[in-house]
Amino acid sequence: MIEFKDVLKIYPNGTKGLNNVNIKINKGEFVVIVGLSGAGKSTMLRSINRLHEITSGEIIIDGKSITKARGKALLRCRRDIGMIFQNFNLVKRSTVLRNVLSGRVGYHSTIRTLLGLFPKEDINIALNALKRVNLEEKAYSRADELSGGQQQRVSIARALAQEAKFILADEPVASLDPLTTKQVMDDLKRINKDLGITTIVNLHFVDLARQYATRIVGVRAGEIVFDGPVEEATDDVFSSIYGRPVKQDEMLGAKV
Amino acid sequence: MNETIRKKQTIRRIKIWTSVVIVALIYIWAFSGMPKMEFKPSAVQAIKAIFSGLIHPDWDYFYDPEGEDLLRTLLETLCIAILGTFISSILCVPFAFWAARNMNKYRFISSSGKFVLSVIRVFPELILALLFIAAVGTGPFAGILALGFHSIGMLGKLFGESIEDMDFSSSEALKSCGANKIQTLWFAIVPQVMPSFVSFTLYRFELSVRAATILGIVGAGGIGAPLIFALQGHKWDRVGMILIGIIVMVTIIDYISSTIRKRIV
Amino acid sequence: MDALKKRRLSLMKRLVTLIFIIVILWASSLGTEVSISSLMDGLPGMGSLFLEMLPPDWSYFSYVTEPMLETIRMAVIGTTYGAIVAIPFALLSSRNVVKWPVIYFPFRFVMNLIRTIPELLLAALFVPVLGIGDNAGIMALSVFSFGVIAKLAYESIEAIDNGPLEAMTAVGANKIQWIFYGVVPQVIASFVSYTLYCFEINVRAAAILGYVGAGGIGLYLNNTLKLFQYQRVSTIIIYTLIVVVIIDMISNKCREKLI
Repeated sequence: MIEFKDVLKIYPNGTKGLNNVNIKINKGEFVVIVGLSGAGKSTMLRSINRLHEITSGEIIIDGKSITKARGKALLRCRRDIGMIFQNFNLVKRSTVLRNVLSGRVGYHSTIRTLLGLFPKEDINIALNALKRVNLEEKAYSRADELSGGQQQRVSIARALAQEAKFILADEPVASLDPLTTKQVMDDLKRINKDLGITTIVNLHFVDLARQYATRIVGVRAGEIVFDGPVEEATDDVFSSIYGRPVKQDEMLGAKV
Repeated sequence: MNETIRKKQTIRRIKIWTSVVIVALIYIWAFSGMPKMEFKPSAVQAIKAIFSGLIHPDWDYFYDPEGEDLLRTLLETLCIAILGTFISSILCVPFAFWAARNMNKYRFISSSGKFVLSVIRVFPELILALLFIAAVGTGPFAGILALGFHSIGMLGKLFGESIEDMDFSSSEALKSCGANKIQTLWFAIVPQVMPSFVSFTLYRFELSVRAATILGIVGAGGIGAPLIFALQGHKWDRVGMILIGIIVMVTIIDYISSTIRKRIV
Repeated sequence: MDALKKRRLSLMKRLVTLIFIIVILWASSLGTEVSISSLMDGLPGMGSLFLEMLPPDWSYFSYVTEPMLETIRMAVIGTTYGAIVAIPFALLSSRNVVKWPVIYFPFRFVMNLIRTIPELLLAALFVPVLGIGDNAGIMALSVFSFGVIAKLAYESIEAIDNGPLEAMTAVGANKIQWIFYGVVPQVIASFVSYTLYCFEINVRAAAILGYVGAGGIGLYLNNTLKLFQYQRVSTIIIYTLIVVVIIDMISNKCREKLI
């Protein structure tokens, strides 16, 4: 369970990134955060694993406060949270397997990981993770030989190899075409269902959010303006989140 | 996993291990032939002396109204670098056109130009300085000629490459206006390559200043000669003074030159 | 009107720059006894020197092979030492690895300081410390390579993609793991390429270090010149050129493969 308690984030220039956010996300949910760009979706997601520091308030993950965690405890917390980025963030020159294995570094001593001496079971974990996203045969290819959609699925495999309890996905399909978008979202959904990993995704496509989410959270100007099951998120709701009617280019279907 | 992946991986492994073995052999060969690195007690003394020289430099040597002083020899060093760079920046132009692929009809012409430039480049300044001393005697002029000749290699190569990268649409436009060859050169080609040409020349100047500080070792002018004399005479305070002088001068030149280069590009 | 003014201003600027350059050149030539006539008078002397160098003393080739190999060894070892020391320096000088200016500024300062001293000068300094011989040359080349490689490496570290670094933070890697999995794989190829490039420079430099007593073939160059054995001098020069060209070629091939 992830819990935001009175979370406030003020950027150095004075703008409010998050304003008094209170929300609980339960185990196994597939939450999609929607909102205009700059509304605070990314800030909200990144404050969960403290890629962004919050100004005040507290974020509690499975009963432990990540906000108060220091040193090793913070690394331990982050180990349990997988993250998927818009630009995949793979090391392009390394092999796919090495990229996936990099998700396992939190489990081993520094020396061991520096020498690349992962135990056999770790390699199996990594290969299984790749199998789950149907990329097992690419294990020894260089990451930059893969297409964008494949690279994104490798980064999902990295989060799986991490044996994360949560997956945060920050605009995971924003740089993909509609067809690969579907594959990536299907993978995320399947993992969420099969393994019961709590998944939080930032999206700006309205129809995609409706199709995959179990729960939709609307963010506007750093505040949560809607929080409810997907059935309640009508067109009117989206209009109120965006502060204007939903535009055609915010529907993925329109682009196909 | 299927067969092709496994094969790919084995080939990869073989490649990696062959290069590892080759590198290891090179290192075994290199290190086996080397004398042991041993620090004699005199070494510690020498290091101490150099550092105390750096901390207490011979300020009297900095400026001496009559006779040889740091300021004068540093200025001479700078002059050698300036004139050497100037000479090479002019002489390199024909070489650059010779070596540029798009300026010659036949490939072998530009290849031969590139070859000549790389031969010039591998001639060390110091050996050139010795040759020019034979011609014009010891003194800064030999140093200028040595630097001027040596720098042609690098400037000609860089300049030739920037001619190759040039965009020809503007020269075609001029040609269609009825411009002759020299007019196209002047109005289409020169403005395009000028910024990179100036930038390369300045960069070469930075390197030439460093090179000029050692030319004096063979008698081709500049700060090198007093430095060698001070080292041979174990006048560490003077060595320290000269070193500080060189470091300060090179740092200032680098700073000025790189600032100008940034503004040009 | 405005355009005309601008044009006049830029013309003025050019004129001032031109005058400035001419003054500098003129002043420089005053201070350095430049004389075209002495060059003209000297050219025949240079020509006869060339003639004295011909033909090269071919038998001398086998005699200087051992010092030639020694020169290459010095370059190999010097480059390696320099590259090893450059690694931590490059990391600690990079703004995206070390976030505090208190750390990266001093490291950059030391790096830039060392880079101002040419290799032959370093050799001249190391000869009194380590004695005449290869060791002084190796140390001089090490320090010189350190300066070159550390500078190039830190610039390429600062240019890497930030994404993988963020990803490594997100998986809970500690700082050292973060460097090895986020930074190193991104820069290793260019680092090796810079090291090879530096090796090319070092082979050339090593060939003349002997002139100040720091080992290698330069010693023989100095001796033969002093004894006016110009045919042997030309042998050494030709030998050096051949070796340098071959090494440049191999190194270039390796560097192309890396990218």
